[in-house]
Amino acid sequence: MRKIKFGVVVFPGSNCDHDAHYAAGEVMGQDARLIWHKESSIGDVDVVILPGGFSYGDYLRCGAIARFSPVMQDVVRFANNGGMVIGICNGFQVLTEAGLLPGVLLQNRSLQFICKYLHLRVENAETNFTSTCKQGEVLEIPIAHGEGNYFTDPDTLKRLEDHHQIVFRYCDASGIVNDEANPNGSLNNIAGIINEQGNVLGMMPHPERVADPALRHTDGKKIFESIIQNFIHVTV
Amino acid sequence: MFHSKVVVTLRKSILDPQGKAVEQGLHSMGYQSVENIRMGKHVEFDVDVATQSEAEQVVKEISTKLLSNPVMEDFTFTLDTKKR
Repeated sequence: MRKIKFGVVVFPGSNCDHDAHYAAGEVMGQDARLIWHKESSIGDVDVVILPGGFSYGDYLRCGAIARFSPVMQDVVRFANNGGMVIGICNGFQVLTEAGLLPGVLLQNRSLQFICKYLHLRVENAETNFTSTCKQGEVLEIPIAHGEGNYFTDPDTLKRLEDHHQIVFRYCDASGIVNDEANPNGSLNNIAGIINEQGNVLGMMPHPERVADPALRHTDGKKIFESIIQNFIHVTV
Repeated sequence: MFHSKVVVTLRKSILDPQGKAVEQGLHSMGYQSVENIRMGKHVEFDVDVATQSEAEQVVKEISTKLLSNPVMEDFTFTLDTKKR
């Protein structure tokens, strides 16, 4: 069985790039490489990770300038051809700015940067990114963001709900989704969404931070396991 | 040569918590008459083209593509001629 090639894009200001690289490479035992934002091609990677951080200092809007960096043109091409792309935190913001996912991430309603462990309910366990989870399973994965308040127009929100594109919602430890479990004001407690084709996922929580068993929590590993499992399934 | 000033604000339908916080601050200072604060961004730049309509087109394009995100923001702009 050949190793999956994960490409982690590095923008100036990315700061979760090495965590993602470590999770894919060291923890999952796959082939992981970093891709500098000035590259015009992502090369022969199988999966692209847009990592967390503050690309271009979050100037103007989160992800707004990263979206126009040379490598992103190739990431958009890759995604449109069906390649698997996962955007985590700032990576999710870049995906919305690039038009690969609908909506935007507004400033948290509290105006505060929030860094803490919280719970997510898996709303769709049939995606290529969540197939090793159970439907409705509660995962414990941390967030760390100032702009994670998901917003979109009512028509788009209805479409996301109708097509089961909402993959994760913030919930309490028992899996109940309510306003108290909503850390940032996201519409319908949205923590992660997938595109209609099912190959581009964006999520605010950080699975790469809870992949290594040495760090006690390993719920994030399930996202990487799902990607690896399904990628093999597609190529065989 | 033209000089443009673009103002970007959150769309009316979107809650502006920063504006709300500033408003509360002003109210506690005693300025009860101040209301409906909307925070935003101000961007100024020169556009080196021959005509006003060309300049307008450039300003509208970059404001839509980069300076604002139409999902959450609106923009307004002014355009003045500028001597070289």
